[in-house]
Amino acid sequence: MTASNAAMTISPQDAQKYEEKEFGFWLYLMSDAIIFALLFATYLVMVGNAAGGSTGKELFSLERAAGETALLLLSSTTFGLAAVALSSADRAKVLLWLAITFALGAGFIFLEIGEFRGMIDQGAGPDRSGFLSAFFTLVGTHGLHVSVGLSWIAVMIGQVLFKGLTVPVASRLMRLGLFWHFLDIIWVVIFSVVYLPGLL
Amino acid sequence: MNVTSGIPVERTAKPYLIGIVLAVTLTAIPFALVALGTFTRETTLLVIVAAAVIQILVHLRFFLHIDFATTPRENLIALAFACVLIFLMVGGSLWIMFDLYHRMMV
Amino acid sequence: MDFFGRLTIDSLPFYSAIAASGAAITVLGALSVMAVITYSGAWRLVLFDWVSSIDHKKIGIMYIMVALVMLMRGFIDAAMMRSQQAIAYNNEGYLPPGHFDQVFSSHGTIMIFFMAMPFLSGLINLIMPQQIGSRDVAFPFMNAISLWLTTAGAGLVLISLVIGKFSTAGWTGYPPYSGSEFTPGVGVDYWLWAVLISGIGSTMTGINFLVTIIKCRAPGMTMFRLPLFTWTVFVTAILMIFAFPALTVACGTLVLDRTLGMHFFTNGMGGNMMNYINLFWLWGHPEVYILILPAFGVFSEVVAVFSQKRLFGYISLVLATMAIGFLSFTVWLHHFFTMGSSAKVNSFFGTMTTIIAVPTGVKVFDWLFTMFRGRIIFKPPMLFTLGFLVTFTIGGLSGVLLALPPVDYLMHNTTFLIAHFHNVIIPGVLFGYIAGYMFWFPKAFGFKLNEKWGTWSFWCWIIGFYLAFMPLYVLGFLGMPRRMEHYEIAAWQPHLIVAALGAFIIFLGIVCMAVQLIVSIRDRKQLLDLTGDPWNGRSLEWATSSPAAPYNFAVLPQVQGVDAWWDMKARGVAYQRPDKYEDITLPKNTFIAAVIGGAGFVFGFAMIWYVWWLAILCLAVIFVSIVIRASDDDSDYVMPASEVKAIEDERFAQLAKAPRNEMADDPGYAGEPVAEASS
Repeated sequence: MTASNAAMTISPQDAQKYEEKEFGFWLYLMSDAIIFALLFATYLVMVGNAAGGSTGKELFSLERAAGETALLLLSSTTFGLAAVALSSADRAKVLLWLAITFALGAGFIFLEIGEFRGMIDQGAGPDRSGFLSAFFTLVGTHGLHVSVGLSWIAVMIGQVLFKGLTVPVASRLMRLGLFWHFLDIIWVVIFSVVYLPGLL
Repeated sequence: MNVTSGIPVERTAKPYLIGIVLAVTLTAIPFALVALGTFTRETTLLVIVAAAVIQILVHLRFFLHIDFATTPRENLIALAFACVLIFLMVGGSLWIMFDLYHRMMV
Repeated sequence: MDFFGRLTIDSLPFYSAIAASGAAITVLGALSVMAVITYSGAWRLVLFDWVSSIDHKKIGIMYIMVALVMLMRGFIDAAMMRSQQAIAYNNEGYLPPGHFDQVFSSHGTIMIFFMAMPFLSGLINLIMPQQIGSRDVAFPFMNAISLWLTTAGAGLVLISLVIGKFSTAGWTGYPPYSGSEFTPGVGVDYWLWAVLISGIGSTMTGINFLVTIIKCRAPGMTMFRLPLFTWTVFVTAILMIFAFPALTVACGTLVLDRTLGMHFFTNGMGGNMMNYINLFWLWGHPEVYILILPAFGVFSEVVAVFSQKRLFGYISLVLATMAIGFLSFTVWLHHFFTMGSSAKVNSFFGTMTTIIAVPTGVKVFDWLFTMFRGRIIFKPPMLFTLGFLVTFTIGGLSGVLLALPPVDYLMHNTTFLIAHFHNVIIPGVLFGYIAGYMFWFPKAFGFKLNEKWGTWSFWCWIIGFYLAFMPLYVLGFLGMPRRMEHYEIAAWQPHLIVAALGAFIIFLGIVCMAVQLIVSIRDRKQLLDLTGDPWNGRSLEWATSSPAAPYNFAVLPQVQGVDAWWDMKARGVAYQRPDKYEDITLPKNTFIAAVIGGAGFVFGFAMIWYVWWLAILCLAVIFVSIVIRASDDDSDYVMPASEVKAIEDERFAQLAKAPRNEMADDPGYAGEPVAEASS
């Protein structure tokens, strides 16, 4: 325990309060896991319903999926490094790693929007078939969550800048971390259920 | 400092570095198999699923720091319950929908 | 871009007299509420003490107010259906089919989502934190958001009476009928957004209640010392967290189909309509247990207090509740046995459905054994409990019958099914909530409800119920399908006339409840609850004053056994005055939650009418509100010990004026609490 952590000593009541917030957020993630699980189930039920339109084999790109995976995985690591900087109360490092995480996440979204655009331009949008509706909704819901995460990272960069590494700010960062890592887990399932089998 | 208070323990970069190495490996293998087409479809699917399951455990352990020692019991129970329910809901749904497909062409 | 989306002057309900009167009543209702508040100069109070409050007790009361208002609207729907069916033999009746379809759709939607859900959320909010010795729920601000999102959903259903039409697709909204090909227009969209927006509120409520029970219990309150009502809340919360996601996916994907032209459930283009039904009932079955479990919890509390005896079989009740909770995720296909699944699938779910009846049976026996050798006091909450025990059992039996797929093939979608689920919902869910309302009313407001009118209300409800629904069992056997706007079989009409009479008697029961409330408010000085414990209760909510102070407990209780309050009374440590008081931290009032709810309402309206710019604006308002709140590190205030002392001193002064045991004068009173073996 270093002197710089003194700013983060907390009373037992406050510790209790932050425990509650973390547990509550964890429960929200569990409910989100159910939403994604059911979107996956829907996708699996509808993966063969291309209605004469394009299938995954024709539309997906292994390279792009690999690129998206690399960006997201790296961003999980860089967020972890932000958490390490937080625990040593290094404000500059926290901001740096948060910014890098943001950039990587934004890169992921940029690639994904490009992917969706390309498919829509080919006439393979979500309104073309049941398979595509399921694909766009599953992957798009994940992308929406990542976008919300990005705006949360931006807000936290602002909070760290203006409030510093206070206890409430630290607690929010940890919950953001739970969210961000959770989204990476969902992505692992996405490439394992959607992209890789689709390209086989 | 309390590990369960949402305020971080003295964290080192080590778990994250181990995590990313393992995750990259577990990603590269299935991607490579699909790119190269080395094995049959069934085998490849099996490897994809196995790698995914292991990688999820890697993420839980090295990025989310979930373990039996430090993670609060209620978080572990919630996770276990979610897994059971996902199995029931997804498994049940797939059973029902594929049964309907075979019987009713729906 | 169309500034008003697809809103036009034709959206106003001037196409039919009935629709216009429905709109007029809604508008007049809203205006008269505002007029009353203005006339009594109460806007300050309403806005700064209630709308901006994030106190769980106030939120609970507001939830119950929403529920009671929506009960009236849902009942009017029921009355319209009963009267139409009573007269529409070989004629069209007074309600054209399109309108009849809206009425049965809104009846179910309102009763489930906007009467029962708010009612249970309200009772739980009011009481559960006090039962566990806590000062509030874990997340008071999120609690308020849940309330206002639920209200937003109710608002959408109400405004559908004035602008546009409501859904004609039933409360379940099955595609392809509910898709845009077969039902374009705003009705189904009203239904979808009302359900989705309030569903978010319910998921948050589940998280709130679960964290509260796990993390906020008073010292000594172990899980196996929790009152049974709190145990049922615990399992209900788990169901809310894990079941509502399925509804979100079902309704969310239907929105995508309707609004963005996707093909999840279209007939063709790769749609799979059965997937909706599967997803909907994945939610729908746990939902009915979400509704009934808190009611079971109320009955557990009431039966013990009014039998003046410890609840029988605590552990078995807890285990039964947990079993029901878990099993509720394994039976959902029984809602669509007839839709083509193989015998293997049907028999699995049929078996699980028969099994889930067992733990409920255990509970019924536990309640009966509680009453056995008790000294029963027949106050209205107990009357509703007794009515429940007899009547719900019949409904459960008809459920076990329907659990057998071959039987269900005959009875599905007949009025037998309607009779079954009303036979479990009304005596089960509704009697439970009414009993809870009458039982805990003094805790909320400081005075009791008039018992004479409560008793009359009970008799009207139970006689009305039997008259309204038993004929429907017979009609089901006679082959009458559900949702029939008119019919040509003479043999059905007498039963439907009896059912309409039953509905009228239920109406009298509702009138009795309204009169009860008015009379009680008028006579409140004679009905005062001065001790906070008007029924000689057993659990900790009776340890607080009536109404409870903002902080509930000035000093957190030290729990030493089950029936914690009874135990304290028996050991002589009830009503103890501490030497000194501490400062207490409480959340500040804030309007942000109501703003988010209001923006949710407008967002839903905008999405329904395709007013895209408004929808985006509302999302921005919600986002900004959340960021503001999430950046606010100063959302609590400290009530100084001196203020706590002043409130407590007043409470003890009031106690001095009151008979220590308000039940001691009651005939049949069984005596003072004595020390029992603690567990």
